[in-house]
Amino acid sequence: MYQWDFSILWSYRWLFVYGLELTVAFTLAIVALGLLAGLVAGLLKLSRFAPLRWLAAAYVEIFRCTPLLVQLVWFYYALPILTGIEISAVAASIMTLSLYGGSFYAEIIRGGIVSIDSGQSEAAAALGMTPAQGMRRIILPQALKRMLPPLMNQSIIQFKNTSLVSVLAVPDLLYQGQVAAHDSYRPLEIYTAIAIAYFIVLFPLTLIVRRGEKRLAASD
Amino acid sequence: MAEPVKTGTSIEVRGLRKRFGSLEVLKGIDLTVEAGGVVALIGPSGSGKSTLLRCINLLVVPDGGAVSVGTDSFAFGPGTRLPGTKALARFRAGAGMVFQHFNLFPHMSVLANVMEGPLTVQRLPKAEARALAQALLDKVGLADKAEQYPAKLSGGQKQRVAIARALAMRPAVMLFDEVTSALDPELVGEVLAVMKQLAAEGMTMVIVTHEIAFAREVADRVVFMRDGVVVEEGPAKAVIDAPREASTKAFLSHFHRRDEA
Ligand SMILES: Nc1ncnc2c1ncn2[C@@H]1O[C@H](COP(=O)(O)OP(=O)(O)OP(=O)(O)O)[C@@H](O)[C@H]1O
Ligand SMILES: [Mg+2]
Repeated sequence: MYQWDFSILWSYRWLFVYGLELTVAFTLAIVALGLLAGLVAGLLKLSRFAPLRWLAAAYVEIFRCTPLLVQLVWFYYALPILTGIEISAVAASIMTLSLYGGSFYAEIIRGGIVSIDSGQSEAAAALGMTPAQGMRRIILPQALKRMLPPLMNQSIIQFKNTSLVSVLAVPDLLYQGQVAAHDSYRPLEIYTAIAIAYFIVLFPLTLIVRRGEKRLAASD
Repeated sequence: MAEPVKTGTSIEVRGLRKRFGSLEVLKGIDLTVEAGGVVALIGPSGSGKSTLLRCINLLVVPDGGAVSVGTDSFAFGPGTRLPGTKALARFRAGAGMVFQHFNLFPHMSVLANVMEGPLTVQRLPKAEARALAQALLDKVGLADKAEQYPAKLSGGQKQRVAIARALAMRPAVMLFDEVTSALDPELVGEVLAVMKQLAAEGMTMVIVTHEIAFAREVADRVVFMRDGVVVEEGPAKAVIDAPREASTKAFLSHFHRRDEA
Protein backbone atom coordinates (compact mmCIF):
# COMPACT_ATOMS: atom_id res chain seq x y z
CA MET A 1 0.00 0.00 0.00
CA TYR A 2 1.37 3.41 -1.04
CA GLN A 3 2.11 5.78 1.81
CA TRP A 4 0.78 9.23 0.90
CA ASP A 5 2.80 12.11 2.25
CA PHE A 6 1.35 15.46 1.27
CA SER A 7 3.58 17.33 3.72
CA ILE A 8 6.36 17.39 1.11
CA LEU A 9 4.23 19.79 -0.98
CA TRP A 10 4.92 22.65 1.38
CA SER A 11 8.55 22.96 0.40
CA TYR A 12 7.53 23.35 -3.26
CA ARG A 13 4.81 25.93 -2.58
CA TRP A 14 6.58 28.73 -4.45
CA LEU A 15 6.99 26.60 -7.55
CA PHE A 16 3.23 26.03 -7.47
CA VAL A 17 2.52 29.72 -7.03
CA TYR A 18 4.83 30.70 -9.92
CA GLY A 19 3.41 27.97 -12.10
CA LEU A 20 -0.19 28.92 -11.35
CA GLU A 21 0.56 32.59 -11.94
CA LEU A 22 2.01 31.81 -15.32
CA THR A 23 -0.88 29.51 -16.23
CA VAL A 24 -3.46 32.14 -15.33
CA ALA A 25 -1.58 34.93 -17.12
CA PHE A 26 -1.17 32.67 -20.14
CA THR A 27 -4.86 31.88 -20.16
CA LEU A 28 -5.83 35.56 -19.99
CA ALA A 29 -3.52 36.33 -22.91
CA ILE A 30 -4.66 33.48 -25.16
CA VAL A 31 -8.33 34.08 -24.38
CA ALA A 32 -8.02 37.78 -25.28
CA LEU A 33 -5.97 37.16 -28.43
CA GLY A 34 -8.07 34.13 -29.33
CA LEU A 35 -11.28 36.17 -29.08
CA LEU A 36 -9.75 38.76 -31.38
CA ALA A 37 -8.77 36.07 -33.91
CA GLY A 38 -12.18 34.45 -33.53
CA LEU A 39 -14.05 37.72 -34.04
CA VAL A 40 -12.08 38.52 -37.19
CA ALA A 41 -12.45 34.98 -38.57
CA GLY A 42 -16.13 34.81 -37.57
CA LEU A 43 -16.90 38.10 -39.35
CA LEU A 44 -14.85 37.07 -42.40
CA LYS A 45 -16.89 33.88 -42.59
CA LEU A 46 -19.94 36.11 -43.03
CA SER A 47 -18.26 38.35 -45.61
CA ARG A 48 -19.91 39.00 -48.95
CA PHE A 49 -16.59 38.26 -50.67
CA ALA A 50 -16.09 34.55 -51.25
CA PRO A 51 -12.26 34.59 -51.07
CA LEU A 52 -12.42 36.07 -47.58
CA ARG A 53 -14.89 33.38 -46.55
CA TRP A 54 -12.58 30.69 -47.91
CA LEU A 55 -9.60 32.17 -46.12
CA ALA A 56 -11.45 32.16 -42.79
CA ALA A 57 -12.78 28.65 -43.36
CA ALA A 58 -9.29 27.35 -44.17
CA TYR A 59 -7.91 28.87 -40.98
CA VAL A 60 -10.70 27.44 -38.84
CA GLU A 61 -10.52 23.94 -40.30
CA ILE A 62 -6.72 23.70 -40.20
CA PHE A 63 -6.61 24.57 -36.53
CA ARG A 64 -9.66 22.55 -35.55
CA CYS A 65 -8.58 19.40 -37.37
CA THR A 66 -5.00 19.07 -36.20
CA PRO A 67 -3.89 18.22 -32.66
CA LEU A 68 -2.87 21.16 -30.51
CA LEU A 69 0.29 19.39 -29.38
CA VAL A 70 1.38 18.98 -33.00
CA GLN A 71 0.63 22.64 -33.67
CA LEU A 72 2.71 23.74 -30.69
CA VAL A 73 5.70 21.71 -31.75
CA TRP A 74 5.28 22.78 -35.37
CA PHE A 75 5.16 26.50 -34.56
CA TYR A 76 8.16 26.25 -32.29
CA TYR A 77 10.41 24.08 -34.45
CA ALA A 78 9.17 24.27 -38.03
CA LEU A 79 8.18 27.91 -38.36
CA PRO A 80 11.68 29.30 -37.56
CA ILE A 81 13.19 26.98 -40.17
CA LEU A 82 10.66 28.06 -42.82
CA THR A 83 10.72 31.78 -42.10
CA GLY A 84 14.15 32.25 -40.56
CA ILE A 85 12.55 34.07 -37.62
CA GLU A 86 13.50 32.69 -34.21
CA ILE A 87 10.69 32.90 -31.66
CA SER A 88 10.77 32.13 -27.98
CA ALA A 89 8.88 29.19 -26.56
CA VAL A 90 6.51 31.62 -24.80
CA ALA A 91 5.77 33.52 -28.03
CA ALA A 92 5.25 30.30 -29.98
CA SER A 93 2.94 29.00 -27.25
CA ILE A 94 0.85 32.15 -27.06
CA MET A 95 0.56 32.34 -30.84
CA THR A 96 -0.44 28.70 -31.23
CA LEU A 97 -2.92 28.59 -28.37
CA SER A 98 -4.51 31.88 -29.45
CA LEU A 99 -4.96 30.73 -33.03
CA TYR A 100 -6.21 27.33 -31.87
CA GLY A 101 -8.75 28.92 -29.52
CA GLY A 102 -9.67 31.46 -32.19
CA SER A 103 -10.72 28.71 -34.57
CA PHE A 104 -13.31 27.53 -32.03
CA TYR A 105 -14.35 31.03 -31.00
CA ALA A 106 -14.89 31.89 -34.69
CA GLU A 107 -17.61 29.27 -35.04
CA ILE A 108 -19.29 30.37 -31.80
CA ILE A 109 -19.22 34.03 -32.87
CA ARG A 110 -20.45 33.31 -36.39
CA GLY A 111 -23.23 31.12 -35.03
CA GLY A 112 -24.25 33.79 -32.51
CA ILE A 113 -24.45 36.45 -35.21
CA VAL A 114 -26.53 34.40 -37.65
CA SER A 115 -28.89 33.39 -34.82
CA ILE A 116 -30.11 37.01 -34.61
CA ASP A 117 -33.31 37.54 -36.64
CA SER A 118 -32.59 39.19 -40.01
CA GLY A 119 -35.31 41.74 -39.20
CA GLN A 120 -32.86 43.33 -36.78
CA SER A 121 -30.24 44.16 -39.39
CA GLU A 122 -33.01 45.27 -41.75
CA ALA A 123 -34.37 47.66 -39.14
CA ALA A 124 -30.86 48.99 -38.59
CA ALA A 125 -30.31 49.44 -42.32
CA ALA A 126 -33.71 51.10 -42.72
CA LEU A 127 -32.70 53.70 -40.11
CA GLY A 128 -29.68 54.53 -42.27
CA MET A 129 -27.00 52.58 -40.42
CA THR A 130 -24.11 51.15 -42.39
CA PRO A 131 -23.63 47.38 -42.06
CA ALA A 132 -20.74 48.03 -39.67
CA GLN A 133 -22.87 50.29 -37.46
CA GLY A 134 -25.70 47.76 -37.46
CA MET A 135 -23.28 45.02 -36.47
CA ARG A 136 -21.76 47.05 -33.64
CA ARG A 137 -24.91 48.66 -32.23
CA ILE A 138 -27.65 46.12 -32.93
CA ILE A 139 -26.41 42.63 -33.82
CA LEU A 140 -23.31 42.08 -31.70
CA PRO A 141 -24.82 43.22 -28.38
CA GLN A 142 -27.69 40.75 -28.81
CA ALA A 143 -25.48 37.99 -30.18
CA LEU A 144 -22.94 38.41 -27.38
CA LYS A 145 -25.53 37.44 -24.78
CA ARG A 146 -26.11 34.15 -26.59
CA MET A 147 -22.42 33.57 -27.24
CA LEU A 148 -21.27 34.15 -23.69
CA PRO A 149 -21.86 30.67 -22.22
CA PRO A 150 -20.20 28.77 -25.12
CA LEU A 151 -17.35 31.29 -25.21
CA MET A 152 -16.75 30.71 -21.50
CA ASN A 153 -16.88 26.96 -22.00
CA GLN A 154 -14.24 27.22 -24.70
CA SER A 155 -12.13 29.46 -22.47
CA ILE A 156 -12.26 26.84 -19.72
CA ILE A 157 -10.92 24.32 -22.21
CA GLN A 158 -8.23 26.83 -23.13
CA PHE A 159 -7.19 27.06 -19.48
CA LYS A 160 -6.61 23.32 -19.47
CA ASN A 161 -4.89 23.42 -22.84
CA THR A 162 -2.18 25.67 -21.42
CA SER A 163 -0.77 22.59 -19.69
CA LEU A 164 0.54 21.47 -23.08
CA VAL A 165 3.05 24.34 -23.23
CA SER A 166 5.12 22.45 -20.69
CA VAL A 167 6.47 20.38 -23.59
CA LEU A 168 8.21 23.54 -24.83
CA ALA A 169 9.64 24.03 -21.32
CA VAL A 170 7.43 27.02 -20.61
CA PRO A 171 7.31 27.04 -16.79
CA ASP A 172 3.56 26.72 -16.28
CA LEU A 173 1.83 24.90 -13.44
CA LEU A 174 2.37 21.47 -14.97
CA TYR A 175 6.01 22.15 -15.87
CA GLN A 176 6.78 23.34 -12.33
CA GLY A 177 5.04 20.22 -11.07
CA GLN A 178 7.28 18.05 -13.19
CA VAL A 179 10.31 19.81 -11.73
CA ALA A 180 8.99 19.22 -8.23
CA ALA A 181 8.15 15.59 -9.00
CA HIS A 182 11.66 14.82 -10.23
CA ASP A 183 13.17 16.61 -7.29
CA SER A 184 11.05 14.98 -4.59
CA TYR A 185 10.45 11.51 -6.03
CA ARG A 186 6.83 12.09 -4.98
CA PRO A 187 5.00 12.33 -8.35
CA LEU A 188 1.69 11.01 -6.96
CA GLU A 189 1.33 13.78 -4.40
CA ILE A 190 2.56 16.43 -6.80
CA TYR A 191 0.33 15.51 -9.72
CA THR A 192 -2.66 15.08 -7.42
CA ALA A 193 -2.04 18.56 -6.07
CA ILE A 194 -1.78 19.94 -9.61
CA ALA A 195 -5.05 18.32 -10.62
CA ILE A 196 -6.71 19.83 -7.55
CA ALA A 197 -5.28 23.26 -8.39
CA TYR A 198 -6.78 23.18 -11.90
CA PHE A 199 -10.07 21.96 -10.45
CA ILE A 200 -10.25 24.68 -7.83
CA VAL A 201 -9.86 27.37 -10.50
CA LEU A 202 -12.19 25.85 -13.07
CA PHE A 203 -15.06 24.39 -11.08
CA PRO A 204 -16.46 27.75 -9.92
CA LEU A 205 -16.21 29.00 -13.51
CA THR A 206 -18.23 26.07 -14.82
CA LEU A 207 -20.89 26.86 -12.20
CA ILE A 208 -21.04 30.44 -13.43
CA VAL A 209 -21.41 29.27 -17.04
CA ARG A 210 -24.20 26.87 -16.11
CA ARG A 211 -26.04 29.66 -14.27
CA GLY A 212 -25.63 31.87 -17.33
CA GLU A 213 -26.97 29.17 -19.63
CA LYS A 214 -30.01 28.67 -17.41
CA ARG A 215 -30.74 32.38 -17.22
CA LEU A 216 -30.46 32.59 -21.02
CA ALA A 217 -32.84 29.68 -21.52
CA ALA A 218 -35.35 31.38 -19.21
CA SER A 219 -35.15 34.73 -21.00
CA ASP A 220 -35.69 33.34 -24.50
CA MET B 1 -63.73 71.07 -51.82
CA ALA B 2 -60.22 72.38 -52.51
CA GLU B 3 -57.35 69.94 -52.90
CA PRO B 4 -54.54 70.57 -50.40
CA VAL B 5 -51.58 72.22 -52.08
CA LYS B 6 -48.96 69.68 -53.07
CA THR B 7 -45.52 70.70 -54.13
CA GLY B 8 -43.30 68.50 -56.23
CA THR B 9 -42.79 64.79 -56.28
CA SER B 10 -41.51 62.93 -53.28
CA ILE B 11 -41.21 59.38 -54.62
CA GLU B 12 -40.67 58.44 -58.20
CA VAL B 13 -40.17 54.89 -59.38
CA ARG B 14 -39.55 54.25 -63.08
CA GLY B 15 -39.37 50.91 -64.87
CA LEU B 16 -38.40 49.05 -61.73
CA ARG B 17 -37.32 45.44 -62.22
CA LYS B 18 -36.30 42.82 -59.69
CA ARG B 19 -35.80 39.11 -59.95
CA PHE B 20 -34.88 36.53 -57.31
CA GLY B 21 -33.11 33.78 -59.22
CA SER B 22 -35.46 32.72 -61.98
CA LEU B 23 -38.48 34.40 -60.38
CA GLU B 24 -39.25 37.83 -61.82
CA VAL B 25 -40.96 39.62 -58.95
CA LEU B 26 -41.18 43.19 -60.31
CA LYS B 27 -41.69 43.54 -64.04
CA GLY B 28 -41.24 47.22 -64.76
CA ILE B 29 -43.10 49.19 -62.10
CA ASP B 30 -43.90 52.90 -62.39
CA LEU B 31 -45.09 54.70 -59.29
CA THR B 32 -45.32 58.36 -58.40
CA VAL B 33 -46.13 59.75 -54.99
CA GLU B 34 -46.60 63.49 -54.68
CA ALA B 35 -45.10 65.25 -51.68
CA GLY B 36 -47.66 64.85 -48.92
CA GLY B 37 -49.45 62.13 -50.85
CA VAL B 38 -50.60 58.83 -49.40
CA VAL B 39 -50.58 55.78 -51.66
CA ALA B 40 -52.03 52.46 -50.59
CA LEU B 41 -50.49 49.43 -52.26
CA ILE B 42 -52.81 46.44 -52.38
CA GLY B 43 -52.71 43.08 -54.08
CA PRO B 44 -52.67 39.34 -53.48
CA SER B 45 -49.91 37.57 -51.58
CA GLY B 46 -46.74 37.23 -53.61
CA SER B 47 -47.61 40.02 -56.02
CA GLY B 48 -44.43 41.91 -55.10
CA LYS B 49 -45.77 44.63 -52.78
CA SER B 50 -43.14 44.15 -50.09
CA THR B 51 -40.39 43.88 -52.67
CA LEU B 52 -41.50 47.15 -54.28
CA LEU B 53 -41.59 48.88 -50.90
CA ARG B 54 -38.14 47.54 -50.03
CA CYS B 55 -36.81 48.73 -53.37
CA ILE B 56 -37.99 52.27 -52.59
CA ASN B 57 -35.53 52.50 -49.69
CA LEU B 58 -33.07 50.15 -51.40
CA LEU B 59 -33.28 47.53 -48.67
CA VAL B 60 -33.58 45.37 -51.78
CA VAL B 61 -31.36 46.53 -54.63
CA PRO B 62 -33.29 46.58 -57.92
CA ASP B 63 -31.95 45.00 -61.11
CA GLY B 64 -33.20 47.76 -63.35
CA GLY B 65 -35.05 51.07 -63.40
CA ALA B 66 -34.74 54.18 -61.28
CA VAL B 67 -35.80 55.20 -57.79
CA SER B 68 -35.85 58.70 -56.39
CA VAL B 69 -36.90 59.88 -52.97
CA GLY B 70 -36.86 63.61 -52.34
CA THR B 71 -33.74 64.94 -54.05
CA ASP B 72 -31.85 61.62 -53.96
CA SER B 73 -32.01 59.31 -56.91
CA PHE B 74 -30.38 56.14 -58.14
CA ALA B 75 -30.56 54.30 -61.44
CA PHE B 76 -29.99 50.57 -61.80
CA GLY B 77 -29.27 48.22 -64.63
CA PRO B 78 -26.49 47.53 -67.12
CA GLY B 79 -23.83 50.22 -67.17
CA THR B 80 -24.73 51.68 -63.80
CA ARG B 81 -22.61 51.20 -60.73
CA LEU B 82 -24.18 49.82 -57.61
CA PRO B 83 -24.21 52.47 -54.88
CA GLY B 84 -21.67 51.94 -52.08
CA THR B 85 -22.64 51.15 -48.50
CA LYS B 86 -22.27 54.79 -47.37
CA ALA B 87 -24.45 56.13 -50.18
CA LEU B 88 -27.03 53.42 -49.53
CA ALA B 89 -27.13 54.19 -45.81
CA ARG B 90 -27.59 57.91 -46.42
CA PHE B 91 -30.38 57.20 -48.90
CA ARG B 92 -32.17 54.88 -46.49
CA ALA B 93 -31.98 57.41 -43.69
CA GLY B 94 -34.33 59.63 -45.73
CA ALA B 95 -37.07 57.01 -45.90
CA GLY B 96 -38.63 55.68 -42.72
CA MET B 97 -39.80 52.08 -42.78
CA VAL B 98 -42.16 50.22 -40.47
CA PHE B 99 -42.28 46.43 -40.62
CA GLN B 100 -44.99 43.86 -40.08
CA HIS B 101 -43.08 42.28 -37.20
CA PHE B 102 -41.96 45.58 -35.60
CA ASN B 103 -38.27 44.61 -35.48
CA LEU B 104 -37.70 46.70 -32.36
CA PHE B 105 -34.27 46.37 -30.77
CA PRO B 106 -34.96 44.09 -27.77
CA HIS B 107 -31.75 44.98 -25.93
CA MET B 108 -32.71 48.65 -25.69
CA SER B 109 -35.43 50.49 -23.80
CA VAL B 110 -38.27 52.04 -25.77
CA LEU B 111 -36.64 55.46 -25.46
CA ALA B 112 -33.26 54.09 -26.59
CA ASN B 113 -34.92 52.45 -29.58
CA VAL B 114 -36.24 55.81 -30.72
CA MET B 115 -32.95 57.61 -29.95
CA GLU B 116 -30.83 55.05 -31.78
CA GLY B 117 -31.10 56.45 -35.31
CA PRO B 118 -30.43 60.09 -34.39
CA LEU B 119 -27.54 59.06 -32.11
CA THR B 120 -25.75 56.59 -34.33
CA VAL B 121 -26.60 57.81 -37.81
CA GLN B 122 -26.99 61.57 -37.39
CA ARG B 123 -24.61 61.87 -34.43
CA LEU B 124 -27.07 64.11 -32.62
CA PRO B 125 -26.02 65.10 -29.07
CA LYS B 126 -27.58 62.78 -26.51
CA ALA B 127 -29.73 65.44 -24.84
CA GLU B 128 -31.15 66.49 -28.19
CA ALA B 129 -31.85 62.91 -29.25
CA ARG B 130 -33.55 62.26 -25.94
CA ALA B 131 -35.80 65.31 -26.24
CA LEU B 132 -36.71 64.34 -29.80
CA ALA B 133 -37.45 60.75 -28.79
CA GLN B 134 -39.57 61.82 -25.85
CA ALA B 135 -41.58 64.18 -28.04
CA LEU B 136 -42.19 61.40 -30.58
CA LEU B 137 -43.21 58.89 -27.91
CA ASP B 138 -45.63 61.50 -26.65
CA LYS B 139 -46.98 61.90 -30.16
CA VAL B 140 -47.71 58.16 -30.47
CA GLY B 141 -49.18 58.12 -26.97
CA LEU B 142 -46.42 56.14 -25.25
CA ALA B 143 -44.60 58.75 -23.19
CA ASP B 144 -45.18 56.64 -20.07
CA LYS B 145 -43.50 53.58 -21.62
CA ALA B 146 -40.15 55.26 -22.34
CA GLU B 147 -38.19 53.21 -19.80
CA GLN B 148 -39.84 49.86 -20.59
CA TYR B 149 -38.26 47.19 -22.74
CA PRO B 150 -40.06 46.16 -25.95
CA ALA B 151 -40.80 42.65 -24.66
CA LYS B 152 -43.16 44.19 -22.07
CA LEU B 153 -45.33 45.96 -24.67
CA SER B 154 -48.45 44.86 -26.52
CA GLY B 155 -48.25 44.47 -30.30
CA GLY B 156 -50.02 47.77 -30.88
CA GLN B 157 -47.64 49.57 -28.54
CA LYS B 158 -44.63 47.95 -30.20
CA GLN B 159 -45.77 49.11 -33.60
CA ARG B 160 -46.30 52.66 -32.37
CA VAL B 161 -42.75 52.65 -30.96
CA ALA B 162 -41.52 51.41 -34.36
CA ILE B 163 -43.28 54.34 -36.03
CA ALA B 164 -41.72 56.78 -33.55
CA ARG B 165 -38.31 55.21 -34.17
CA ALA B 166 -38.65 55.74 -37.91
CA LEU B 167 -39.94 59.30 -37.47
CA ALA B 168 -36.93 60.16 -35.31
CA MET B 169 -34.79 60.25 -38.44
CA ARG B 170 -37.02 63.05 -39.79
CA PRO B 171 -37.60 61.10 -43.00
CA ALA B 172 -38.97 62.68 -46.16
CA VAL B 173 -41.27 59.70 -46.68
CA MET B 174 -42.64 56.82 -44.63
CA LEU B 175 -43.06 53.26 -45.89
CA PHE B 176 -45.43 50.87 -44.08
CA ASP B 177 -45.41 47.14 -44.85
CA GLU B 178 -48.56 45.44 -43.49
CA VAL B 179 -47.95 47.05 -40.13
CA THR B 180 -51.23 45.83 -38.63
CA SER B 181 -51.20 42.27 -40.00
CA ALA B 182 -49.49 40.77 -36.94
CA LEU B 183 -51.77 42.52 -34.45
CA ASP B 184 -54.77 41.27 -32.54
CA PRO B 185 -57.86 42.89 -34.08
CA GLU B 186 -58.55 45.07 -31.05
CA LEU B 187 -55.06 46.64 -31.33
CA VAL B 188 -55.25 47.57 -35.02
CA GLY B 189 -57.13 50.81 -34.41
CA GLU B 190 -54.49 52.50 -32.26
CA VAL B 191 -51.83 51.99 -34.94
CA LEU B 192 -54.07 53.12 -37.78
CA ALA B 193 -54.95 56.23 -35.76
CA VAL B 194 -51.27 57.22 -35.59
CA MET B 195 -50.89 56.67 -39.34
CA LYS B 196 -54.00 58.69 -40.04
CA GLN B 197 -52.63 61.56 -37.99
CA LEU B 198 -49.34 61.41 -39.90
CA ALA B 199 -51.22 61.54 -43.18
CA ALA B 200 -53.18 64.55 -41.96
CA GLU B 201 -49.91 66.31 -41.07
CA GLY B 202 -48.81 65.95 -44.67
CA MET B 203 -46.33 63.07 -44.41
CA THR B 204 -45.66 61.37 -47.73
CA MET B 205 -46.54 57.71 -47.26
CA VAL B 206 -46.69 54.41 -49.09
CA ILE B 207 -48.80 51.89 -47.23
CA VAL B 208 -48.96 48.20 -48.07
CA THR B 209 -52.14 47.05 -46.39
CA HIS B 210 -55.00 44.62 -46.33
CA GLU B 211 -57.11 47.17 -44.42
CA ILE B 212 -59.20 48.17 -47.41
CA ALA B 213 -61.53 50.45 -45.45
CA PHE B 214 -58.53 52.29 -44.04
CA ALA B 215 -56.95 52.61 -47.48
CA ARG B 216 -60.17 54.03 -48.86
CA GLU B 217 -60.41 56.58 -46.08
CA VAL B 218 -56.80 57.70 -45.68
CA ALA B 219 -55.06 57.14 -49.01
CA ASP B 220 -55.30 59.58 -51.92
CA ARG B 221 -54.49 56.90 -54.41
CA VAL B 222 -54.64 53.14 -54.52
CA VAL B 223 -52.32 50.96 -56.56
CA PHE B 224 -53.38 47.38 -57.22
CA MET B 225 -50.52 44.99 -58.03
CA ARG B 226 -50.58 41.47 -59.32
CA ASP B 227 -47.74 39.21 -60.44
CA GLY B 228 -45.20 42.00 -60.43
CA VAL B 229 -47.12 44.56 -62.47
CA VAL B 230 -49.40 47.46 -61.59
CA VAL B 231 -52.80 46.34 -62.84
CA GLU B 232 -54.84 49.34 -61.82
CA GLU B 233 -54.22 52.65 -60.13
CA GLY B 234 -56.29 55.70 -59.38
CA PRO B 235 -58.01 57.80 -56.70
CA ALA B 236 -58.58 55.59 -53.65
CA LYS B 237 -62.36 55.77 -53.56
CA ALA B 238 -62.70 55.23 -57.30
CA VAL B 239 -60.49 52.14 -57.36
CA ILE B 240 -62.03 50.57 -54.27
CA ASP B 241 -65.66 51.40 -54.94
CA ALA B 242 -65.63 50.93 -58.69
CA PRO B 243 -62.64 48.91 -59.89
CA ARG B 244 -62.26 48.72 -63.67
CA GLU B 245 -60.12 45.60 -64.02
CA ALA B 246 -61.52 42.13 -63.49
CA SER B 247 -58.63 41.03 -61.26
CA THR B 248 -59.04 44.11 -59.04
CA LYS B 249 -62.73 43.30 -58.71
CA ALA B 250 -61.96 39.70 -57.83
CA PHE B 251 -59.37 40.72 -55.24
CA LEU B 252 -61.57 43.34 -53.60
CA SER B 253 -64.58 41.03 -53.45
CA HIS B 254 -62.83 39.00 -50.70
CA PHE B 255 -62.66 42.04 -48.49
CA HIS B 256 -66.21 43.25 -48.98
CA ARG B 257 -67.39 39.90 -47.81
CA ARG B 258 -65.03 39.93 -44.84
CA ASP B 259 -65.88 43.48 -43.84
CA GLU B 260 -69.58 42.66 -43.72
CA ALA B 261 -69.05 39.50 -41.69
N1 LIG C 1 -35.29 37.60 -50.66
C1 LIG C 1 -36.03 36.83 -51.48
N2 LIG C 1 -35.50 35.76 -52.10
C2 LIG C 1 -36.23 34.99 -52.93
N3 LIG C 1 -37.51 35.21 -53.23
C3 LIG C 1 -38.12 36.27 -52.66
C4 LIG C 1 -37.41 37.13 -51.75
N4 LIG C 1 -38.26 38.09 -51.33
C5 LIG C 1 -39.44 37.84 -51.94
N5 LIG C 1 -39.36 36.75 -52.74
C6 LIG C 1 -40.45 36.20 -53.56
O1 LIG C 1 -40.94 37.25 -54.37
C7 LIG C 1 -42.34 37.15 -54.50
C8 LIG C 1 -42.98 38.46 -54.08
O2 LIG C 1 -42.77 38.62 -52.71
P1 LIG C 1 -43.28 39.88 -51.88
O3 LIG C 1 -42.89 39.64 -50.47
O4 LIG C 1 -42.82 41.12 -52.53
O5 LIG C 1 -44.86 39.73 -52.06
P2 LIG C 1 -46.02 40.49 -51.30
O6 LIG C 1 -46.89 41.06 -52.34
O7 LIG C 1 -45.47 41.41 -50.28
O8 LIG C 1 -46.79 39.30 -50.59
P3 LIG C 1 -47.45 39.22 -49.13
O9 LIG C 1 -48.81 39.83 -49.26
O10 LIG C 1 -47.53 37.75 -48.86
O11 LIG C 1 -46.56 39.94 -48.18
C9 LIG C 1 -42.78 35.96 -53.67
O12 LIG C 1 -42.96 34.87 -54.54
C10 LIG C 1 -41.63 35.73 -52.75
O13 LIG C 1 -41.51 34.37 -52.43
MG1 LIG D 1 -45.42 41.44 -48.17
